[in-house]
Amino acid sequence: MSKKVEDIFEISSDEYQQMVEQKKPRPPLGKNLLLAFLSGGFLALVGQLIINFFTGLGFTPSEAADPMVAIFIFLGALATGLGVFDKISHYTGAGTAIPVTGFANSITSAALEFKKEGLVTGVGSKMFVLAGSVIVFGVVTALIIGVISAII
Amino acid sequence: MSAAKNGAHTFSIEKPVYLSFTGAIAGPKEGKGPLAPDYDVVKQDLKLGQKSFEKAERMMMKEACDLALSKGNYRPEDLDYFIAGDLLNQITVSGYSALNYPIPFLGIYGACANLTQSMGLGALLISGGYGERALLATSSHNCSAERQYRYPTEYGFQKPCHAQWTVTGAGAAVITADVPPVRITTVTLGELADLGMRDPACLGTAMAPAAAAAMVYHFEETGRDPSFYDAIVSGDLGQVGKELAIDLLFRRGYNVGDIYNDCGTMIYYPHQQVNSGGSGCAASALVVLGNLFRRLSQGEINRALVVATGAMHSPTACLQGDSIPALAYAVSLENETSQ
Repeated sequence: MSKKVEDIFEISSDEYQQMVEQKKPRPPLGKNLLLAFLSGGFLALVGQLIINFFTGLGFTPSEAADPMVAIFIFLGALATGLGVFDKISHYTGAGTAIPVTGFANSITSAALEFKKEGLVTGVGSKMFVLAGSVIVFGVVTALIIGVISAII
Repeated sequence: MSAAKNGAHTFSIEKPVYLSFTGAIAGPKEGKGPLAPDYDVVKQDLKLGQKSFEKAERMMMKEACDLALSKGNYRPEDLDYFIAGDLLNQITVSGYSALNYPIPFLGIYGACANLTQSMGLGALLISGGYGERALLATSSHNCSAERQYRYPTEYGFQKPCHAQWTVTGAGAAVITADVPPVRITTVTLGELADLGMRDPACLGTAMAPAAAAAMVYHFEETGRDPSFYDAIVSGDLGQVGKELAIDLLFRRGYNVGDIYNDCGTMIYYPHQQVNSGGSGCAASALVVLGNLFRRLSQGEINRALVVATGAMHSPTACLQGDSIPALAYAVSLENETSQ
């Protein structure tokens, strides 16, 4: 008796997929959304306070965004290096992934991971493995928008 | 002929082959789980003083092998084959571990079904008269698997609740023609099954059909009922996959609910935050070569069916749009003195 799975259980791929969807536990959407909202909002608040601090020093609001981003990247990288970022993001999810802290985490975690394969062939080549597409598509989109805006 | 083939998948291992000695080396998280007392050694960290997780995994496999050999007072040269596999590309852990054992090496890949694939192959070779003893090994490591199949270990992505946790551990076994009482009595070799699952975070759902199919082949080709066994375990379907397997088997008329469990769900406590449960070659290896082997040897249970399961998950194939096929191999273990 050599029968394919579909014949043994008299089930099609589609039927099985329906079975799977019913069995998969529902993510705690309410809790996830709330924690993401609160943590993301908290980071935004901190970001604003940092901007306020720098404008107080004489920066214009748009100039102040630069050191604010730099500080967040530093904090994201530090938390990743200390091994706490993933423990926090287990709860906060998108709240820490979407802001620039998530970007910093993706680069830092990749750099740490591939250190074992050397500085050039490991860290250098692989540190943008996760952030690469964000950078590529971000730059390309900016270029296109910039060209369109220059023409209009 | 010493091994008789029943049907397309199952072999009766007629010339005796025994699961004689085992070595089970577990990682820290596994050492805090419910089956910890049955592991030979529990490691306290994931790197073990090595420069990489891969090197640490190699150390664990070597330690498991050395332990199994020493329990039987064997030198490596006393064995005819070293049959091993793991999850890493080019089965790196097994290949490099084989450097320690100057005997013919058969590297295998059945993903997380390596345990029963190696047992099946080894039993066929010995029962067929092509050797007296074989050393089998398999391992998995949470960090080495994560970095190869998914993301860097410090990457902060939020795991879905049906995700599984790769078990860190290594299991080794010496199978022989002459050291009872735990006998490998039948081997059922599965075929690839694919019902269109595409989610690499949910491999249990890809493997459940293969596990259920292997059990069906086994029951129908041996003429045995699930109740013939005191325990039936699948490798690493996880909670979601386990429920799917039970439902699929029910469609074919088999009620396995009471006797059947999944190693991935047995290896951790719920509070250890592993979502659907453990996965990896070591899920089945640690449970079977630790807990189940002890219970069989001592006569606490007499007959067990081990159905290790593997997803032939290729990250490249997934990105190219393919679904994830899976397979399973079943091996029946029986305590000879209770027959």
